[in-house]
Amino acid sequence: MGQQVGYTVEQLVAVNPYNPDILADLENHVNEQVSSQTYSLDANLCLLRLYQFEPQRMNTEIVARILIKALMAMPAPDFSLCLFLIPEQVQMEEQFKALIVLSHYLETARFPQFWDEVAKNRHMLEVVPGFEQTIQAYAIHTLSLTYQKMPRPVLAEAVNLEGLSLDKFLEYQVANNGWGLEKGSGSLQLVVLPRNEYNHPELKKSSGDGIPLEHVTRIFSILG
Amino acid sequence: MASSYDYDEGSYDSRSYATSAPGQAGGDVSYDPNFVPDSVRTFVVHLYRYIREKNVYEIHQMYEGSFQRLSERMFRESPWPSVEAVAPYVDNDHVFCLLYREMWFRHVYARLSPTGRQRVDSWDNYCSLFGVVLHGVVSMQLPNQWLWDMVDEFVYQFQSYCQYRAKLKTKTDEELQLLKQYDQAWNVYGVLNYLQALVEKSMIIQILEREKDGLEQFSATDGYDYDGGSNVLKMLGYYSMIGLLRVHCLLGDYHTGLKCLVPIDISQQGVYTIVIGSHISAIYHYGFANMMLRRYVEAIREFNKMLSYILKYKQYHQKSPQYDQILKKNEQMYALLAICLSLCPQTKLIEENVSIQLKEKYNDKMLKMQRYDEEAYAVFDELFSYACPKFITPSVPALEEPLTNFNQDAYRLQLKLFLYEVKQQQLLGGVRSFMKLYSTISLSKLANYMEVDEATLRTILMTYKHKMHAVDSNGKIVSNSDVDFYINDGIVHVVEAKSPKQYGDYFLRQILKFEEMIGELDRVKLD
Repeated sequence: MGQQVGYTVEQLVAVNPYNPDILADLENHVNEQVSSQTYSLDANLCLLRLYQFEPQRMNTEIVARILIKALMAMPAPDFSLCLFLIPEQVQMEEQFKALIVLSHYLETARFPQFWDEVAKNRHMLEVVPGFEQTIQAYAIHTLSLTYQKMPRPVLAEAVNLEGLSLDKFLEYQVANNGWGLEKGSGSLQLVVLPRNEYNHPELKKSSGDGIPLEHVTRIFSILG
Repeated sequence: MASSYDYDEGSYDSRSYATSAPGQAGGDVSYDPNFVPDSVRTFVVHLYRYIREKNVYEIHQMYEGSFQRLSERMFRESPWPSVEAVAPYVDNDHVFCLLYREMWFRHVYARLSPTGRQRVDSWDNYCSLFGVVLHGVVSMQLPNQWLWDMVDEFVYQFQSYCQYRAKLKTKTDEELQLLKQYDQAWNVYGVLNYLQALVEKSMIIQILEREKDGLEQFSATDGYDYDGGSNVLKMLGYYSMIGLLRVHCLLGDYHTGLKCLVPIDISQQGVYTIVIGSHISAIYHYGFANMMLRRYVEAIREFNKMLSYILKYKQYHQKSPQYDQILKKNEQMYALLAICLSLCPQTKLIEENVSIQLKEKYNDKMLKMQRYDEEAYAVFDELFSYACPKFITPSVPALEEPLTNFNQDAYRLQLKLFLYEVKQQQLLGGVRSFMKLYSTISLSKLANYMEVDEATLRTILMTYKHKMHAVDSNGKIVSNSDVDFYINDGIVHVVEAKSPKQYGDYFLRQILKFEEMIGELDRVKLD
């Protein structure tokens, strides 16, 4: 079945969440997500579901792309969500084993190991444009949850940049995203990350400040 | 197929139901499907009449009470009389016969063990029943309990069929032949599409939306229709959303499962809480899915509420046929709560009475899980295996030699991935306990205590941050941690999470108590 004119794939999934006829559309959509650097978890889970129902129709190349896109969705747990739906014997294939290792390093914030592993699997990953930048963004996210200020080498190994390219990267962040640079002890450069509620907990608005209305209603009779 | 349930007024056997106590003992050796004891005849005649009269109260009494009592007394070891045998007593009414068969199969599943043929026939019966509801004009009004049981049993029998089909090793040739012949029975597409069709055709999502704007009444009438309409499609649609959540959990698709439940606001009481089975199923699966998505606080909060509710109200369900199920799910949710709290020790979220139960049941195990050694993994494994849903492999097996059993595959995969997650978090407990002792500590000192180098410590601290921040259903990053921190240069600054909310609650309770005391004092003066 060809894609119906006038429907986006998201709409197609919403209307036919359990329809094997849209399998080809969903596979095309994965490739489209790769080339247009977009992402749709719902559509991809729907496809994995169809594969789960009819394993003989599974296309492992498409599955690999879905998993790479899911890695790029970190810190969301999308990679696990996909693995939950992929049979164990399929996960044993070499390409999936490599992706699982990559996910493990990201989940445990071991960035240097992650980038080493990326270098070994370049053939598989370079098919997906934007991979490295997206992971760098995730690394920065994790760093900004953790640090107010960090030594330059910590940043360097997390984003896998050094020397001039790191200087350029920092220059860009300082100009556009409110980063700062300071001199630390010795000749060490310190990178100051923008303030957020995670690295400056005092900024966090306490969600517990209010009392839900239904609790207050209990004393209405007294107040009246 | 008759598509309507319009009754013509006929004459009815008006013999009193209570006086017909037959002498047959249960457990007859030879089951004659065509023999209809008097008590069964009276049962179907009355049930049929009450359904025609839309007497929900009496239908409920017969469904919950009489059916169980008769099953207990006369059909402990044999099925009820066949539908063909009782049909003459109910005007051969098509829809009533479908309802009777639904109960007939449910009884076989609950008390006997269904044959392959019976499993297939039950599927056919659901198809006909849902077909009538979806495409016919149904004017019945049935108790919510019954409608919930239909959806719940439908999903249960699907799960049961997948398990049955996956145990190929011990199948007889005849059974294999049956599997081949009826490969569409309990097909996963069929199951999901029936549930989805019930949700869509009932317009329940729109009804709930309109209710929010005050344009429609649904919760106020517990879903019943007092304007001459029927509650059947509407309630089947409503419960199907919970049914879909469960099916998706059985498949390991937690994200999609939670999406199916979105129209129901589980932060407050609602129609889903009227029938305790539906309440428990919704929260158990909601909590489990959130745990797998690492939203531990969300899971803990809902488990706590549910367990506290069960603690308060379970005594009222002691005589209910669902009582054993309630207790079983209760125990499973304590196990899941123990797991969640071990990974994310938010004990402040737990009410005292739940906390006491939890300690009684799992104190030792929770201490072990804190340690993250081999024994700890064994406990995580044990509790997960005990408390998880019965995962299924939904695809139709190839039925080629050699025939193997694959009924454990789905469960083993989910368990493995869960334990993988636990392993990734294994060092976080150590960091947490040190952070509780300090308000500031240098990285080098902490690394020393943890017996790791500084680079490793940095990864552990970042892992802590990553794992203790969940992405909620709106894509927002939310903190789950009881102890938080930030690093400024080489120093870790520790921040204990505060929960000011409890003060509000505390004051409200004290205000009420005070008011009560003043009231009592007032009365004393009057005397």
